[in-house]
Amino acid sequence: MSMKLRDLIKTVRSCKTAAEERAQIAKECAAIRTAIKEEDVEARQRNVAKLLYIHMLGYPTQFGQMECLKLIVSPSYSDKRIGYLGLMLLLDEKQEVLLLGTNCMRNDLLSPNQFVVGISLCALGNVCSQAMARDIAPDVEKLLTNTNPYIRKKAALCAIRILKKVPDLIENYMPKIKALLSERNHGVILTALTLIIEICEIDPTQIEQFKKIVPQLVRILKTLVHSGYLPEHDVSGITDPFLQVKILRLLRILGEHDPETSDIMNDMLAQVATNTEGSKNVGNAILYECVQTIMSIESERGLKVMAINILGRFLLNRDNNIRYVALNTLSKVVNTDIQAVQRHRNTIVDCLKDPDVSIRCRALDLIYSLVNESNIRVLVRELLNFLLISDSQFKPELVAKLCIVTERYAPNKRWQVDTILRVMSIAGNFIPDEVPSNLVQLICSTPELSSYAVQKLYLSVQSDLTQQPLTQVALWCVGEYGDLLVADKSQLPKEEEGLALNVNEGQVVDLIEAILKNSSTNQTTRQYALTALIKLSSRFSQSILGRIKSMIDQFKIHINLELQQRACEYSSLFAMDLKTSVLDRMPAVEKTEESPMPPKPTYGTNTPSPSQGNGNVGTPNQHNNNSANNNSKFGSLLEDLNSPAPQQQQQQQQSGTSNMSLLEDIFGPAPTAQSPPFGSSNGNNRQQQPQQSASSLLGLMGDLTVSPQQQALQPQTQPFSCPAYNKHGLNINYECSKPQAEQPQMTLIVMQVSNSNSSPVTNLSVKAAVPPYLKIQLLPPSGTTVPPNDSGEVTQSVKILNTVHGQKPVLLRLKLDFTLNGQTISEITDTPLPSQF
Amino acid sequence: MIKAILIINNHGKPRLTKFYENYSIDKQQQIIRDLFLLVSKRPERACNFLEVDDVFADKDTKIIYRHYATLYFIFCVDSNESELSMIDLIQTFVETLDKCFENVCELDLIFHIDRVHYILDEIVMGGLVLETNPAIVVSNYEMANKLEKSENPLMAGFQGVIQSIKPK
Repeated sequence: MSMKLRDLIKTVRSCKTAAEERAQIAKECAAIRTAIKEEDVEARQRNVAKLLYIHMLGYPTQFGQMECLKLIVSPSYSDKRIGYLGLMLLLDEKQEVLLLGTNCMRNDLLSPNQFVVGISLCALGNVCSQAMARDIAPDVEKLLTNTNPYIRKKAALCAIRILKKVPDLIENYMPKIKALLSERNHGVILTALTLIIEICEIDPTQIEQFKKIVPQLVRILKTLVHSGYLPEHDVSGITDPFLQVKILRLLRILGEHDPETSDIMNDMLAQVATNTEGSKNVGNAILYECVQTIMSIESERGLKVMAINILGRFLLNRDNNIRYVALNTLSKVVNTDIQAVQRHRNTIVDCLKDPDVSIRCRALDLIYSLVNESNIRVLVRELLNFLLISDSQFKPELVAKLCIVTERYAPNKRWQVDTILRVMSIAGNFIPDEVPSNLVQLICSTPELSSYAVQKLYLSVQSDLTQQPLTQVALWCVGEYGDLLVADKSQLPKEEEGLALNVNEGQVVDLIEAILKNSSTNQTTRQYALTALIKLSSRFSQSILGRIKSMIDQFKIHINLELQQRACEYSSLFAMDLKTSVLDRMPAVEKTEESPMPPKPTYGTNTPSPSQGNGNVGTPNQHNNNSANNNSKFGSLLEDLNSPAPQQQQQQQQSGTSNMSLLEDIFGPAPTAQSPPFGSSNGNNRQQQPQQSASSLLGLMGDLTVSPQQQALQPQTQPFSCPAYNKHGLNINYECSKPQAEQPQMTLIVMQVSNSNSSPVTNLSVKAAVPPYLKIQLLPPSGTTVPPNDSGEVTQSVKILNTVHGQKPVLLRLKLDFTLNGQTISEITDTPLPSQF
Repeated sequence: MIKAILIINNHGKPRLTKFYENYSIDKQQQIIRDLFLLVSKRPERACNFLEVDDVFADKDTKIIYRHYATLYFIFCVDSNESELSMIDLIQTFVETLDKCFENVCELDLIFHIDRVHYILDEIVMGGLVLETNPAIVVSNYEMANKLEKSENPLMAGFQGVIQSIKPK
């Protein structure tokens, strides 16, 4: 004899560990299986009851499914009860076993005992499958008109399950459903309403049919509202709130988009809204449903305002649940009548201070949708105050929303910069990634604000070094506008600059040093700092350069590869002539698609010209060229600061410094037979080859210096064509031109590579080297595969800047690597260009 | 529609689980664990509603719960149900249990889980509200109990015999 259910529960409860519990359950399951095998009829009910318990604990119990079916065929009610319970919990509609029970369940539907019919209906309503639904549908249909309300209401809910499984049966049920509404029993009316609501959902075409019952529904509702005290239906002073809520819901479905039907219910809704007492949850549940119905149907405007005022009253309720639904509903209806909702703005803002996080989230959502141009200043001030005190799990969302509304509705740029800066200084570490970039772009595109912004940023960072995004933006701006930061501001009109900070160069460098040394500074910020330093080297006076250089040099041995590389590159950049143009100020973005508003020229009277500043040699012309494609370049520049952009590995910039001799080792010397007529006798200078691994910095320089020229590629002198190479069936032609007439030192060479072999040339790579007085840039090739039989060509452009134009010729050495017929070929060739280049 | 009704005690042990949609046993246990973690973290004064995105299969799920002494009553519903009505329904359910068990406590639920299920089935059926009047539920419960007691316990023994006689 197995143990009793009570003992099993006690044993399991006394288990101290999960393993012990598992063992105990396994033992019991084994005993139950044995009992099942032995057809132990007496233990059957108890075994299923045990399985229910075991199932609740989350253990598999499929083996007991047949036992449930055996129990439901028992004539005993208690057996049936446990059997049906097991059926509902241990089986689901996907189990084939369930079909075996169909017959028995049908028999039970016809039982004279209401409880047997009841449990059978209940089980069918919970688990019946499509096939079963078809079988039992006629019986359930009959039960809808049974004399016993206990059976009628269960039949109504069971019918829902059937109709969900077999929607085409709806027509059969329709006549009986309408009869159910004239019931007196509230339970039956409630289930009948549920049935109608579900039918409307299953088949929306039926909604039209049900519109006829609206007057009837209104009548029922009226009786409920004006009934006075009915002890059997009273729930804390209100007559059957569940039924009222159900009716209101059905009215909502029937009245939607139908002014005529809505008209019938308007009066009644107004009565419910005014007569229902909202001191308890039950009353508020009705009011809540009523408000939702009023807002959804085509109700009068006055009624809608009344509904919103009810929600406003909800907001003052002490019960958090009521406030929650009020905020939730207000967010849904905010667009139907924004003025009415605006009236409750202060109450909504107060909800931000609620200790309950759900309430705060809802309030924030709602405020977010309430913000517009006219109230942005007030609401953002509130949100900022709230940001100060909110807990950290709430900040990310708040910050994100603040940034969005600020960008969308800012009354002016200066306010926008101020607000974002404030957000960043309060909760900078929660800021979404795009915000710092957007801010930089904003400052960059509004030259009249740059002086103000850089001073403001300088001050904020000085007081708090730990907010990484803020520090990064500040470093970027200090780098860009360092000259404005230290400039003498006494001549500027006060209202235009706002701040008159007296900072000297030393203090600025001090700050950057402090950032670099701060332990909370992350590596990305350090990268920004290094970039800021090198930028400052072209903006600050000579006296401070030594210090900047030594700060950069410290990072040449840094453990972080990116920082080390950056430091090395910047350090060598120090010695270069190109420096000033590379470190030129980023050109202003005149107009961007992302920016919601065009820049306002309000502060424009004293706009600093982009070329103003120490040691800035960039020509204005160049800036204009640059601004057009600056938008995309800008993004890649910022990316560049964080990680080397892979596509820029292709671009190579050759500079004539000491690393030239290194190149020789990479390629090896060119064959002497082809030894070129290079002007110089210095062996070191003869075979310079470009470095394959272009660094991110060099790529960046390419972006800055070359992109405008890229735009102006229209050749202004007659292109000159000359053969450069012909071997292995590979033919290269140079097409040389001077892209800019006013810049004769610049030469553009387009190499056209064609292939006369019958098989394609693959993995083509062209590298070029020049003597140190030339600056070269290789643009990405149009492809690496040259199609066979001269059927197409690959082009690669090379730009050469001759620093001693007119004195020395342009010389170019090519190193070609390619694969032909599976064979890798490597070639070096020299071709002198015609003298006019 | 109601998707699931759960009663979980303060330590996360399920005391009643009823799912009105199909979930595997593992998924059911996962849901129980997830919901307990969410609900037990919340302060007493916080509102009784939660919106969860990832616990159930579909996103359209609201959690309405109440905490009574050692037990959390958790109703998981879709967007068609009113939150405030659900609060009242939980109240109705608890009141009914209280009347049926005379001052219900956790132990009653543990040792009479079948009866708790029976009571619940009289209030909610197939995920929809069946009856909201505790008095009616209690009277039906008592009548059914009487019926069960009046049955001859020996009847069960003859079950096999009767089954074979029964016309097909």
